[in-house]
Amino acid sequence: MKIKGAQIIVEALKEEKVEYMFGYPGGVVIPIFHELYNSPIKFILSRHEQGAIHAADGYARASGKTGVVIATSGPGATNLITGIATAHLDSIPLVVFTGQVSRDMIGNDAFQEVDVTGITRPITKHNYLVQDIKDLATVIKEAFYIASTGRPGPVVIDVPVDISNSLHRFEYPKEVSIRGYKPNYEGHPVQIKKACQLIKESKRPVIYSGGGVVLSDASEELREFVKKTGIPITTTLLGMGAYPETEELSLEMLGMHGTFYANNAVNESDLLIAIGARFDDRVTGKISEFIPHAKVIHIDIDPASVSKNVMVDVPIVGDCKKVLRELNSEVEAPEISEWVSHVMTMKKENPLSYEKSKNPDEIKPQYVVEELYRQTEGKAVIATEVGQNQMWAAQFYKYTEPRTFVSSGGLGTMGFGLPAAIGAQLARPDRRVIDIAGDGSIQMNIQELIVAVQNRLPIIVAILNNGFLGMVRQWQQLFWERRYAHTCIDCAPDFVKLAEAYGCAGIRVTKNDEVIPAIQKALSITDRPIVIDFVVAKEENVYPMVPAGKTVKETIMRELA
Amino acid sequence: MTRHIISVRVENKFGVLARVAGLFSARGYNIDSLAVSSTEHEGISVMTIVVKGDNRILEQVKKQLNKLIDVIKVSDHSEQKSIQRELALVKLNCPGNRRGEILQLCELFGAEVADIAPKSLTISLNGDGEKIDRFLELSAPYGIKESMRTGLVSILKDKE
Ligand SMILES: Cc1ncc(C[n+]2csc(CCOP(=O)(O)OP(=O)(O)O)c2C)c(N)n1
Repeated sequence: MKIKGAQIIVEALKEEKVEYMFGYPGGVVIPIFHELYNSPIKFILSRHEQGAIHAADGYARASGKTGVVIATSGPGATNLITGIATAHLDSIPLVVFTGQVSRDMIGNDAFQEVDVTGITRPITKHNYLVQDIKDLATVIKEAFYIASTGRPGPVVIDVPVDISNSLHRFEYPKEVSIRGYKPNYEGHPVQIKKACQLIKESKRPVIYSGGGVVLSDASEELREFVKKTGIPITTTLLGMGAYPETEELSLEMLGMHGTFYANNAVNESDLLIAIGARFDDRVTGKISEFIPHAKVIHIDIDPASVSKNVMVDVPIVGDCKKVLRELNSEVEAPEISEWVSHVMTMKKENPLSYEKSKNPDEIKPQYVVEELYRQTEGKAVIATEVGQNQMWAAQFYKYTEPRTFVSSGGLGTMGFGLPAAIGAQLARPDRRVIDIAGDGSIQMNIQELIVAVQNRLPIIVAILNNGFLGMVRQWQQLFWERRYAHTCIDCAPDFVKLAEAYGCAGIRVTKNDEVIPAIQKALSITDRPIVIDFVVAKEENVYPMVPAGKTVKETIMRELA
Repeated sequence: MTRHIISVRVENKFGVLARVAGLFSARGYNIDSLAVSSTEHEGISVMTIVVKGDNRILEQVKKQLNKLIDVIKVSDHSEQKSIQRELALVKLNCPGNRRGEILQLCELFGAEVADIAPKSLTISLNGDGEKIDRFLELSAPYGIKESMRTGLVSILKDKE
């Protein structure tokens, strides 16, 4: 029996066991929406396409599944771009359908025509323009396969409307075979032996674990590896939660706003074991002076990540989970008790800290995050926006499980947190989801509040409202003569009224002793979103800070008098 | 800066040229020459790219090329023995009284006269890049009205 292209798409999504689809309609995708309407796929209607794609991304990060998105041609597709790039830089599996004008109109500057494959080429893992109905099912099969295997990433499928309307038999391929795409999962045994040797001989080793460990669901294996070797471990922003930050050997996050002890341990190390991490400049600072004494073992699924920024002594190309398993069965613990006690002393003597507020009317943003941690007993899924809020969420909430921290790392996309929290809440109905937000970022996709209302998602939006684009203001304060050029945003909406207008609960907190009751009240509401407007200290800064392009030695630890 | 001859076997699919070229342009590389053609396998094309650049960055570009789904194989012919050919078409100013000289030059290079007009001569020449450079150099004094080259193609020598 022949069915329409639009039906083929929905049948394929069913084959892929897609539970949620995020998107926004428009002319050339009406045929697909027509078929989605009566399908078992739950459709989450955003209020801006950027909201849809970040929600799919948040869903993917929190669930480990592939996020699925649909938008119309032209402006619908271009509204997705920031979200596609966000997913691309953080290696998040997405399959994104965009409508396209019919094939005979392509290239004619037709109404709502843009060259989607052209625009998305550098920000996707792969993309397709479906040119023949015969290819449609195979393209979808390949897209899901490519998005979720190897180093994951977003795949775009551009579907001309006449393809959606034409008829063909539906046969979903059982297998995928792509000559040019055969990801390598098994680490080379010789390399694994070499790594074990280096580990055994090391005197000052540190594990540096990244988002790749979360993506490959290798948290168990990582814990085992730390247990077997007794090596201190730091994680990147995206790697948080893979190893419990509450454990003694955890040095928590490294990098620009990482802990003193993580950055110094890495700097002093004689062996750095990088696992699913890519030596981003926010981690390394001045690259020529990064890890002056260390050899490097680098485990990564992506050969192009190896020796890209830092020369590697023992590269192991493979899946973090599989390679860690192999390592765990062979590795011997090094003798490093002196080193470990040195690192633990650094940890004890230089904890993350901030100057506590002495004024009952001045709320420190760090304190809010600490209380969010305490009141949720560390069990929430935290999404973040970008800026100081993101860094405080990283520093003062302690993550003990993978996929509980949802944040745009590589692209640093303001406006990510709220829609991502919506996706994460759909993925984790068993957990509270909190978007730790800034007053700037939250305004970038605030329209998505209504999506949370419509779907009765009890996400908590905790706005750390400092009246500034705080992180930029911090740079201006520290490096640009305190000239706050266009970073003051105290001309702001009343977030409580705004929340209520959307049908959320709204709470304003202006005093320290209101912080805990407000969080508790928010946690008691379970049928709609809650916005808490925490009016916090205006000029608080994130410390420690390794200024961009500088070294650990130049770390700014606290406010200079 | 070294000169690299990168040979890329690709699926003959829509957009593949843009994907490959995009990897170079995104890093600010100017491609010196590019030749695309069919191969002995239906559905597989080969691209030969000549580019100058820092070894380490080109190493990265090659890895990125390998990551493209439509790329089947990447090899760097600058590191191995290969046979290289390029075709040039050159239109030279040629008043009747200098024809003899030019024809002699052509003969020395094994170049072929493709067209004769009253005041010009169009010459077709193939060979490796150096040979063509040399020919262009020696024919420059006559006045080159127009010249173009196909870009290098390169095939590895068999090891016995
Ligand atoms: C879409 C986007 N635009 C601009 C930036 C640059 N930027 C980084 S942090 C920041 C300030 C964020 O302000 P706010 O959301 O209020 O958070 P705060 O730093 O005050 O916690 C800006 C503008 C960005 N990361 N993303």
